[in-house]
Formats: sequence, structure tokens, C-alpha cells
Amino acid sequence: MKPHTLSILVENKAGVLSRVAGLFSRRGFNIESLAVGTSEELSMSRMTIVVIGDDAQIEQVMKQLNKLIDVIKVSDITENETVERELALIKVSAEPGTSRAEVMQIANIFRANIVDVGAKSVVLQVIGDTDKINALETLLRQYGIKELVRTGKIALIRGAKTAKSAK
Amino acid sequence: MKTGAKIVIEGLQREGVETIFGYPGGSVLPIYDELYESSLRHILVRHEQAAAHAADGYSRASGHVGVCLATSGPGACNLVTGIATAYMDSIPIVALTGQVPTTLLGNDAFQESDITGITMPITKHNYLVKNVQDLGRVIMEAFYIARTGRPGPVLVDLPKDVCTTQVDEKSIFPEEVRLRGYQPTIRGHAKQIAKAVQLIEIAECPVIYAGGGVISAEASSELLEIAELAGIPVTTTLLGLGSIPCDHPLNLGMLGMHGTEYANYAVTECDLLIAIGARFDDRVTGKVQTFAPHASIIHIDVDPAEIGKNKKVDVPIVGDAKQILRAMITQLKKRSTAGSWQEKIRTWKQRHPLRYRSDGCLHPQYIIQQLSDLLKGEGVIVSEVGQNQMWTAQYFCFRKPRSWLTSGGLGTMGYGFPASIGAHFARPDEVVFDIAGDGSFQMNIQELGTVAQYRIPVKVAILNNMYLGMVRQWQELFYDRRYSFTELPPLEFVKIAAAYGIDGIKVETCDDVRPALKAAIETDGPFILDFRIEREENVFPMVPAGAAINEMIGGHPKQEEPEIPAAPIRKALSGGSPK
Repeated sequence: MKPHTLSILVENKAGVLSRVAGLFSRRGFNIESLAVGTSEELSMSRMTIVVIGDDAQIEQVMKQLNKLIDVIKVSDITENETVERELALIKVSAEPGTSRAEVMQIANIFRANIVDVGAKSVVLQVIGDTDKINALETLLRQYGIKELVRTGKIALIRGAKTAKSAK
Repeated sequence: MKTGAKIVIEGLQREGVETIFGYPGGSVLPIYDELYESSLRHILVRHEQAAAHAADGYSRASGHVGVCLATSGPGACNLVTGIATAYMDSIPIVALTGQVPTTLLGNDAFQESDITGITMPITKHNYLVKNVQDLGRVIMEAFYIARTGRPGPVLVDLPKDVCTTQVDEKSIFPEEVRLRGYQPTIRGHAKQIAKAVQLIEIAECPVIYAGGGVISAEASSELLEIAELAGIPVTTTLLGLGSIPCDHPLNLGMLGMHGTEYANYAVTECDLLIAIGARFDDRVTGKVQTFAPHASIIHIDVDPAEIGKNKKVDVPIVGDAKQILRAMITQLKKRSTAGSWQEKIRTWKQRHPLRYRSDGCLHPQYIIQQLSDLLKGEGVIVSEVGQNQMWTAQYFCFRKPRSWLTSGGLGTMGYGFPASIGAHFARPDEVVFDIAGDGSFQMNIQELGTVAQYRIPVKVAILNNMYLGMVRQWQELFYDRRYSFTELPPLEFVKIAAAYGIDGIKVETCDDVRPALKAAIETDGPFILDFRIEREENVFPMVPAGAAINEMIGGHPKQEEPEIPAAPIRKALSGGSPK
């Protein structure tokens, strides 16, 4: 059981997300994260889904996804060299003084941006792979995370190869 | 200029549809108005569920796409069971539903239901048409998706305003269907086919396990050819019955929970299992770990997702069964049907035949046998679900594909009667028999109205035991005979039929069985037979849930059989993975 990153090209149509999400829930597959947006072609969207399972389960997930008429291509890019990114916005308690200085210092180390400053809190924007965001989250916890939102992972294969040309 | 409703009707005619089954309502008024003057035949059912089952029965009996039509909201929701039935058995139907106007969508309008959302998990694909410009294309795609690849139901939801909007006549229907996300594999992989042929040639104890896919691929003659060429015994699933003639020497009958003992023994001891258009369903495999434990497995299926889903497979071949079998036949050398394996199967067949008590009581098995004898393999047999279905599967001698229509995967009680209506319109010159239980028949008994209105010559043989028999059987065997809510009060079905102007006979003795069946067959119109059968008759043999399929109850005591030596086939597989 390990996380697999699936890159899925789908028709840019109403209802496609619910077809994909419905398939995962009714077949009992676990979605770790899901990110969806437009792709290089106007008529298609790309979903990046991280799903946890053993090889047989992942094979079933991919085959079942392929059966959906609106799914154009499913690629498991886990074994490829990939660029993976996720963005998180984290609202942290930061009273003016020591704690605010510390939070800003940590942000600096993680190359996170402070995108909003309030009287008692700051909002950090951090971009990175899943591990980096997890690490930052853990560090900030001691100051009090008031709200947190993550986009879910997106990924592309490095080099000229594309998910379309991959297996 | 044309209205959307006109496009719907034209679209159906372009697909060669002649008969549709439906029920009108507010949202489909524009379509019904077009039907009024159309050459399409519309059969008015008494409940939308029956429309879906009739479309399904029409499809199974003909091989063409069946069509049903219902209004929005409750009409559409009533189709759901029928659509799910077709989905589980991979039957191509197109369900058309009315919908509230696009301006009201999502407003909880009168008779609005999100039928595309509701049917998403039980359709191969579905559409909500919001723009009349898309309508022609959608109808074409719906039929294409329904009948190609692994067939299945497709639903098209039609808002009322889309049906009334006028559209420019040009470019309504595209020249061809183009779906970039849907390209079913038809031709099997040449290397895999060669590997399968090689395994068949060295196998000593091979068995073919043929499913409904053989029938939907119209591959029955290829099945028979390959079985005879290589001398391979054939067992079929419930839906595969008829793909090989029942009285063929290589036929083992049905396998699985209520399969024949010899089919289950053969699968348990075979060294090569060739699954064709079958999906290793739990009612077939029993405890899956002990299913075909010594066998290498070749799995031919049009749906790649079925391969390896329940059982690890050695040689997967994705594609159309007919083409793949054809390719295999050209490569296979003729093999003798003699040998110890055939001998062993012959012995099993002799020692462990299907049997029931012959004590003069009215046994349902006897009724099925008599019907089988009278029809001689002709006609279309439809069943409901439960004991009636299993007795028919066991005792009716099916000789042709598409002569047996039954709800396998979903197990829908109430399927048979409306499905037999559909079967009649697919094959109007043939006798259509619905074998029913008193429970199942009452689930869509309202269709007596449809049958009466159109004088549809469907015959219903009710195996009336005043129980929900299969559930009662489980209660008898596994719940200490605590018959919780499975007893039904006696009912005079002949009188009910009479109220509809339909003839019928109540049969209470063995001697009356054959004359009654003859009377039904010889009657021009519909006919009801109320057989008062032995009340606590069971379906045997039976594999208890979760047991291995060679651990049957109600069969013959198994005698010691000589062990079959380990076959050389394992070594032929690279790596030879143990199962």
C-alpha cells in the first residue's frame, strides 16, 4: 500500500468530476488528494489524483477510470521523475513580538510568503511538495494554526515526455 | 426547422428502432405528441419499471438495443431497477427520460429528479441534454455506447424545452460518432492468443467456462467449434446457458452455487480454465481462493477491468470473444476427445446427475422438464428470480443462444413478466414462456394489463408454493426453519387473469401438467398457469455461501476419485505463479 499519483485527462464537461469522485467512493478506493483544472487544451481538464492502494487495487482504479466515457487518458506517473507541487495557505496566530518574528523566520526558511498580516495573525502561502508542506505545518502548529487550506498535489513528468505518451 | 422531440424520434428511427416501451407524463408530452403520428410502435406498460425490463428483454431476445421512455421524476426513478438490471448483465438499452425545462433545473421543480446523478453508477454512460444542437449527436452516441464494447444501458435525459425548441435542419446528426475517451479493444493481442493456444494444446484437463459475453458477442458457434476441435468440456454461467446445446456431449451445464455437481468437480480439478465472457462472480466461484485451484487461467473478455478483478489470470486476452475464438480456432490442431479426463467427467455425469424425488407430488422440476420436452429447445424462456429461476436453469434444455432471458447479476424479482413482453416483440413468431414464482410474479403483476391490451401471447407458468421460496430455503437450511415473513397467502391467479380477460388453468396434479402446458402453447393469446407445487421443495445441489464449489449440499455422496497427477501445464507458464 503506497500512494500513487494518477494524471488523468478528462473532457472539460459538466459532471465529469462527480463521475470520477463517484467511482472512487462506490468502489471503495481511497483518495488522498484531488486537484483539477484546465489543461493545455481548452476542451480537456487534467486531474491529479493521489490514491493509496496495492498494485492490484491501483490497476483496478485505472481500469475503472478508463471505462468512463469522459476520461480520455489515465497515467500512473508515480514511477516517473516528476515535478510535484502543492500550494497551501496557512493562517497562524502571531501576536506582535517574539512569536510573530519566529513565524516570519520559519516562513523565510521555507520560502513561504506572508500574504496577509492581521493584528493577531498572519497568512502564509507556501508552495512545495507534500513533504515540505507537512514539515511547515508541523513547525507552525506550536504557534496555533487557525485555518489551513491545501490545493492537493499537481504533478508533471520531467523532460519532454508527457503523461499522454507515458504508459 | 425541427423540434427536439422530432429529432428524438428521427434519431431512434435512424438507429433501426421499431418498438419502444414507455409511459407518458408531463415532461415527455412533446415526445408523445410526435409519437402520435410516428411509425414507431409504442407499447404502453402499466409501470415504468416494466418498460425498462421490456426493453431489456427485447434486447436479450434480439441482440439489438432496446428502448424505453418515461417521464421525469417518478417516471424516471421507476426505471432505475430496470436500468440496474441491464447494467449488471451488460445488456444494451437506451432509456429516454423527460426532464423539467432547463430553466427550472435544480429548483426542485414539480416531478424533477436528478436522474443522471441517480443513474450514474448503474449506466455505462448518461447524458443531460441542455442544448437542442447536441441532441442528434447525443442520440447517436447513446446507441453507439450501448451496443459496442461491453454493452450496457445508456440514459438520455431530455428537458421539456429542449424537446420543443426548433433547430435548423442541417447538421443535426453528425456523420459518425467520435468519442476520444471511448475506444473499446476488439482484436485480441496476437501473442496472448498464441500463448492461449499453446496452453490448450498441452492441457490434460481443460474446461471452458462460458458466460453471457459469449452470447452478447454472438460467439456461440465459435464456442462450439473450439470445444469440439480441442475436445474441451464446457460449463456455462447462468447467463451463458444456451451458448452450447444442453444435450451436447461436451456440455457440463451450469456451474456455481446451484450448478451441476460434475461442472463444479470439473472446474475444481481442471488444469486449464478458459473463461470466455464471464466475470468470476461470487455465485459462480464460491470461495474464490479455492476456485479452480489447480488451473492456469485464460480469460477472454471485452472489458479489461474484469480481468484480474476477482481472480488472478495467467493469460488475459482483451477483445471481442467471437474474433478471438476465431483466431484461436485457426491456430489450434485437432485434439482427441478421448482420454482419462473425458472418462472421469463421464463418470461424474453418471454418478452425480441432477435429480429430484419422483413420488407423484407436483415437483417444479417435472414441470420444467415437461415444458422443455414440449418446446424441444424452441421458443424463448424467461424467468423471474429465485427457485423458479434455478429450476429452469437446471432442468430446461436450452439449445440456442438468446433462448433464455434472466436477471443474473442484480437478481431482480419481477423481471421476467415484463421482459417476456419485450421478448415477444423481438421474436413475434416464437413461443415466449415466463417461468415465475408466486412472489416474483406479483412484483410486476400489473403488466397483465399490458398483455391484455395488446393480446401479447406470453405464457406465464407460476410455480406457486405460497412462499418466497428461495429465501424460505435459506431459512430452512441456515436459520433453523424460522420462516420469517416468507409465507404468502394463497391466491387465485387464474381469477386475477380472468379479470383482465386472460385465460388460465390451475394445475394441482402431475397428470395435468402436460395437457395444461399444451393448452397454453396452443392458445393464441396470453395464458396463465398456476401450478400448485410441492411447497417446501428445495433447489439442490447447493453450495453454501462462502464454501468451495465442490462442497455441495443436497448432492450425491462423493466417491473417492483417483488423484490427477500434476500436469505439465504449470511449467509451460513463464514463472508459473501459484494461486
